[in-house]
Amino acid sequence: MDMVYLGFILMLSVFLGFELISKVPATLHTPLMSGANAISGITVVGAILAAGADLGSWATGLGALAVFFAMINVVGGYMVTDRMLSMFKKKDNSPKEKS
Amino acid sequence: MSPEIIGGIYIVTAAMFIYGLKRLGSPATAVGGNLISSVAMLIAVIVTMLSQQIVDYRWIAVAAVLGSIVGAVAARRVAMTGMPEMVALFNGSGGIASLLVGWAALYTANGEFGISSPFTLATIVLSILIGGITFTGSLVAWAKLAEKLGSGSGAFAGQRYVTLLLLAITIVCSVMIVASPAWTSPLIYVVIGLSLALGVFAVIPIGGADMPVVISLLNSYSGLAACAAGFAINNTILIVAGALVGAAGIILTNIMCRAMNRSLTNVLFSGFATSGPATKVEGEVKPITPDDAYLILEAASSVVMVPGYGMAVAQAQHVVRELGELLEANGAEVAYAIHPVAGRMPGHMNVLLAEANVPYDQLVEMDDINRRIETVDVAIVIGANDVVNPAAREDTNSPIYGMPIINVDHARTVFVLKRSMASGFSGVENPLFFGQNTRMLFGDAKASLAAVIAEFKS
Repeated sequence: MDMVYLGFILMLSVFLGFELISKVPATLHTPLMSGANAISGITVVGAILAAGADLGSWATGLGALAVFFAMINVVGGYMVTDRMLSMFKKKDNSPKEKS
Repeated sequence: MSPEIIGGIYIVTAAMFIYGLKRLGSPATAVGGNLISSVAMLIAVIVTMLSQQIVDYRWIAVAAVLGSIVGAVAARRVAMTGMPEMVALFNGSGGIASLLVGWAALYTANGEFGISSPFTLATIVLSILIGGITFTGSLVAWAKLAEKLGSGSGAFAGQRYVTLLLLAITIVCSVMIVASPAWTSPLIYVVIGLSLALGVFAVIPIGGADMPVVISLLNSYSGLAACAAGFAINNTILIVAGALVGAAGIILTNIMCRAMNRSLTNVLFSGFATSGPATKVEGEVKPITPDDAYLILEAASSVVMVPGYGMAVAQAQHVVRELGELLEANGAEVAYAIHPVAGRMPGHMNVLLAEANVPYDQLVEMDDINRRIETVDVAIVIGANDVVNPAAREDTNSPIYGMPIINVDHARTVFVLKRSMASGFSGVENPLFFGQNTRMLFGDAKASLAAVIAEFKS
């Protein structure tokens, strides 16, 4: 049952992903990719569970290493995306205006 | 916190990821969208920490702090021109993280709870496999982009068969692990090793000009790896967020392949090098000096700039914007036409021009500019080759035949800024340089533009 339920989630998410991205203008493809990349750092949640759940020293070590790499992806990815996006400006807009 | 509450909060964060991605779809709302997505990540991390499963925080804290510092420093320091390399590296670190989570999940399953179900084992193997391919694949992509490796195809004879053989061995090992988990420990190292090797073998034959597609595809893989890791540890937020990224990456990959009129298999399995000899281009090259270029530009009422990777290399985006502003002040209509695969990453040129404060509503896409290119007085090609090569339209023997291009040769006058007559990244000759209405402005793009700007100011 678990498998079916997770499979449903997977299918719906994939369709949602397609819908969300297919209309994005080319201008935003780089920030979009880097922003999506940061989201893939969600694997940090799994890494935290592996590192903190006391499953033996091997699992803890692997988990900690995974936390390290995933955090690079998450923190670096979001920051770099923000840096790129904050440069996109409309003409006559003050630089502070964001939305 | 009970698993029910955590699950509920995961649903909220999933909604925030989706909303954040949606807002990333327009320049006006993108900054906010990214912020929403990052807050969702923070909430997901905090909630996970509060889970009853977590008994020891020391290692998590140390690793998280170190990782955050590395990521933050890298993100702050990187130049906008180096963005494709940076994204490739971040992507790779996400991939290795998923591999490690999958690996650790194996210990969870076998160490604590006995032999897990074949389904869980299969997803563990999958997250290791995709994570490993993403990791080494991204490293190779990074090395090619940073020119630590030759950007050309690194394939050797029969390489495709070696890759297929490795893939077959990997699949056999994976099936054996799933079928009889008792064998787990030695075979899992084989799968880890093979997944790392496969990443290298998959990316090394791909030429540098195809890197935008590869980066996008690896981005998709990193999402799929996270998704597989989510199945392995039964965690819904990993599945949802991973699948979103996986699907998004596939869509972007597809858009880029269409922009080059090539299929994904074509990009992955054959470099430009494999095609037959192209028609020899002959004709006269007409060089021009910055003074003469200035005279033509001064009289122009519409100018289109077409940037390519050469602009990034010359760091010329600021002088490009300055020239654009001078032309506008002179009464000309200025637009920046950007080919979908210009540069080393989709939209790389847009980011560089945005860095130089070019308003994004002046950036036009290929189809829009091609519709009115005949009415353009001057098209200035700045360090772009293949994306403006008319051979893609006319020469059926050309390796890039069929790829949609920006038809700058239909503009009244074309300036090509180029260091020498060397061919572009794909190594294809460009008849544009010999065109009747083409003028070559030889030299470093930044220096040439600065000279034209100096003329404007005097």
